[in-house]
Amino acid sequence: MRGALADMALWAALAGACAGAFAGEETIQLHDGSGRELTAARCATCHSLDYLQSNAPAMDRNTWQKTVQKMRDRFGAPITDQEAQQILDYLAGSYAAKP
Amino acid sequence: MASRRDLLLAAAGGWLLGGTARRALAADADQRQDSLATLPGKKPLIRRTWRPPNFETPLADLVPAFTPNEAFFVRYHLAVIPEIDVDTWRLKIGGSGAQKPLVVTLRDLKHDYKRVTLTAVNQCSGNRRGLFTPHVPGVQWGYGAIGNAEWSGVRLRDVLNRAGVAANAVEVVLNGADVPVLPATPDFLKSIPIERALDENTLIAFEMNGHALPHWNGAPARLVVPGWTGTYWVKHLTEIRVETAPFDGFWMKSDYRIPTGAFPGVRFKTQETPETTPITEILVNSLVTSHASLARVKHGAKVELAGKAWDGGARIAAVEISTDGRLSWQAATLGRDLGRFAWREFQYRLDTSKPGALVVAVRARSGDGTTQPDKLTANPAGYHHNIVQTLTLEVG
Repeated sequence: MRGALADMALWAALAGACAGAFAGEETIQLHDGSGRELTAARCATCHSLDYLQSNAPAMDRNTWQKTVQKMRDRFGAPITDQEAQQILDYLAGSYAAKP
Repeated sequence: MASRRDLLLAAAGGWLLGGTARRALAADADQRQDSLATLPGKKPLIRRTWRPPNFETPLADLVPAFTPNEAFFVRYHLAVIPEIDVDTWRLKIGGSGAQKPLVVTLRDLKHDYKRVTLTAVNQCSGNRRGLFTPHVPGVQWGYGAIGNAEWSGVRLRDVLNRAGVAANAVEVVLNGADVPVLPATPDFLKSIPIERALDENTLIAFEMNGHALPHWNGAPARLVVPGWTGTYWVKHLTEIRVETAPFDGFWMKSDYRIPTGAFPGVRFKTQETPETTPITEILVNSLVTSHASLARVKHGAKVELAGKAWDGGARIAAVEISTDGRLSWQAATLGRDLGRFAWREFQYRLDTSKPGALVVAVRARSGDGTTQPDKLTANPAGYHHNIVQTLTLEVG
C-alpha cells in the first residue's frame, strides 16, 4: 500500500511536470512482486505503465532484457546495472507470457 | 488470426455460431478489450497508452468520409507536449542547404503564401501492429490509427524557395515542439527527400477539415506528406532545415525502417542501406466500417457492406468482395473520388438469404497494380499490415 501511494505521488509529480498531461494513468495497477516500485519509478519517468501491460502477452525474459537495454542505451534511461537486474526479474516474473 | 477458422466455418456450410465458437473467434480476432478514454478536446477514443498519448479512432468514427477532428487518432513518441501560443509561435527555416534562412509566423503563412487544400489519409506506420501474429512489440494498434481529412495550409516548397534551396540539397529535416522527458532521449526529428519536400502536394498545414489543427494533431502547424505514412507528418513544427547531407537522427537511422526490398513503395535512397530502408508510402489497403467481425445481420434483409479503400496516391482501381472462401470475387461499388490521396468509399449488397455464418473477405487494388496480399510480410517493427480483411457475420 505504501508502495502504491508512493507510485501515485510520483505520477502526480510527473503529471504536474508535463504540460498537456491529464488524469487517467494513475489508475494503472501493476502486479505485486519484488521490484514493482523500482520498475514503476524508472519506467514511468518517461512513459505510462500500460506499455508494460499491453506488450506482456508476447514477452519473455530475453525480450524484456533487450527492451530494458534499449531503454538504457538508446533512450538514455538512468538505470544502474543492479537496478536493471531487479527490473528484469520483476518484468520477467510478472509481465511475461513465459518466464 | 481468424481467417482459417472463418473459412472452416464457411466451408462447413453456414451453421449458426454457437457460444463456444463465438468466444473462440472473439479471442482469435480483433475483439480485444478496448478501453475508451478522453483527451482534452477529443471525444472518447481507444486508449492504447496514456503517456505519451496514443489513442486510436473507434470503428464508428471511421464511417464518415472525413474523420472528425475530435475523433482523429493521436500518436506521440515523446511525453512533453507543450501547448503553443499561436501569437508567439515561430517557424525557422534554415540548414546547410538554405541560402537565405528565414523565420515565419502563422500570420505570414496565411497572408504571404498561396493557400492550398487537399484531402489525404494520414495513417500511422504501425496501424494494426496489434493484429500481427506473432506479436510485435510496440503500441498495440488495432484498425484505427488512421483517418481521412481535408488539410489546408501552404506548400512546403513555396516556403523553401524563399529560403533559397541549394542545388546540392538532399533532404529536408523537420522538428516539432514535443520533446523528451530526459535530455538523453533522442528528440523526434524526421527527414524527407528533397524531391518530396519540393512536391506540390507536401504542405505545411494549419487547418484540418476547415478548423484550426487540434492540439493533439499538431497545432499550430504540421507537415502533411500525402501518400506517405504518418511518421513524416511532423506535428507542432518549429524548425525546417534544408540539408546537403543525409540526416543521421535516431528516428531515421534506427526506427521506422523496413527490410530493403520487402515491400513496394518509393525508395528513400539517401537513407537506404543494403539491409534496411525507411518506410515511405502507404500500401494499398481497405477496411470495412459498416460491420465489425461477428456482427449479426438480419436473414433476408437488404444489407450493404461498406468501407474505405486507400493507397499511396495511385488511386484505388477496384474493391472486390468474396463470400465463398476467396474462390470468386465480385466488384464493390466505389463512391465519390475525393482525390488521389484520400480514401475511397465502397459498398456491396450482401446475400443474406442463407442463415448462418457469412464470411466476407475484402481486397482493394491500386491503380499502380498492387493488391492487398493474403499473407503478412513479417518485419521487426510491425509496419505495413495490409492483408485482406476477413470478417464473419452472423445471418439470423
